Amino acid sequence: MTAVRIEFDEPKCVAAGQCAMVAPDVFDQRDDDGVAVVLDDTPGPGQHEVVREAAAVCPAAAIHLIES
Amino acid sequence: MNRIVVVGASAAGLAACETLRREGFEGTVTLIGAETRFPYDRPPLSKQLLAGAWDPSRLSLRSPAQIDALRLDARLGTTATGLSVADHTITLDTGPLAYDGLIIATGVRPRRLAGDQTHVLRTVEDALGLRERLGPGRRLAVVGAGFLGAEAAAVARGLGCGVVLFEPAPVPLAHAVGERVGRMLATVHEEHGVDLRTGVTVTSAEALDADEVLVAIGSQPNTEWLDGSGLRIDDGVVCDEYSAAAPDIYAAGDVARWRNPLFGVDMRVEHRTNATEQGMAAARNLLRPYARRPFAPVPYFWSDQYDLKLHAYGHLRAHDAVEIVDGSLEDRRFLAAYRRGDRLVGALAVGLPPKAVRPWRQAIADSALWKDVT
Repeated sequence: MTAVRIEFDEPKCVAAGQCAMVAPDVFDQRDDDGVAVVLDDTPGPGQHEVVREAAAVCPAAAIHLIES
Repeated sequence: MNRIVVVGASAAGLAACETLRREGFEGTVTLIGAETRFPYDRPPLSKQLLAGAWDPSRLSLRSPAQIDALRLDARLGTTATGLSVADHTITLDTGPLAYDGLIIATGVRPRRLAGDQTHVLRTVEDALGLRERLGPGRRLAVVGAGFLGAEAAAVARGLGCGVVLFEPAPVPLAHAVGERVGRMLATVHEEHGVDLRTGVTVTSAEALDADEVLVAIGSQPNTEWLDGSGLRIDDGVVCDEYSAAAPDIYAAGDVARWRNPLFGVDMRVEHRTNATEQGMAAARNLLRPYARRPFAPVPYFWSDQYDLKLHAYGHLRAHDAVEIVDGSLEDRRFLAAYRRGDRLVGALAVGLPPKAVRPWRQAIADSALWKDVT
């Protein structure tokens, strides 16, 4: 079974919030500056598709997925 | 479908290539790029790169390994010069190339003043070239107080430059964000020592009293290569609500003018997130001609100016009225809502937590009635 680990490059984050919109169970945003927060860096299989979508739509290319 | 050709190797083209693979397309994906670099991010050009905070390598949108995994037939430093719809063939400067599916993502280039050799800001080379001319005591003139010009002005002040910012309208950005928000932004620039001169149309850079001149007066779509192809060109490649320009031909990103069914208007959006979203949508619709979905996004952009970060959602440009519905302009912590007809069509937020802004984005996506949300 595929495992997905999320690596988040926080300094690149532009606080667009696209990830939290696409995968709200995995990503949130800080209240003060909107920078993304990873709620679960090894999400279960049910989240893999939306996490891939979140990485694809991130306008700062700040979300990297390690799939194994 | 055996070969899909994506013309344009920036954010929209990359998103199209990735989506084709994620959706299981196993044929040849040919990526044509006029620039010699693999896809890189442009918003930092007027921010971190111009400020000297980032090295250009940080702009790469994907690592070499990620690019390899896409198994692209990548042809960088290659320019498309023509299209024959009937023959399913494009012409490159290296020769003809047949396609089964085509995604046009050739972007835009900066408008310039007639005959001038001033700075523009579109590529890594543009940003590095301007960066090395800026510093304490240097005087920079910025022509055009749109978001690009305003961001560059803010960065140049941070580098110790004297900055004069020219804008033909009475208030900068008024057409985009409305007069009150535009006036607030004007005040912010003046507080930071920018010499803002509104109501001034600059037609030549020669008369400007400055060491360097940056022209940021908008951009024009790269569509000349499509002249005579039969595709409709009207300030961009004209597409339907599926981002289709013709059978088997889609357009995405800055170059595409499509009918956004959420607002019922034709729009061409030069926002970073739109490039990715439309590249994805175009690829999906191309692969699934019988299960196409309209491309109906809530456009979004952000802008960094000094310590302010603006987030804007929706179709603000054609608004009839603006209302501050949360916070205040004086505090520089507010949410402005934009109305067109009886609908909420846009929202612009500064300094508010995301949780306070998300419902507004959702209301725009739902085409909420103005009276129900204000």
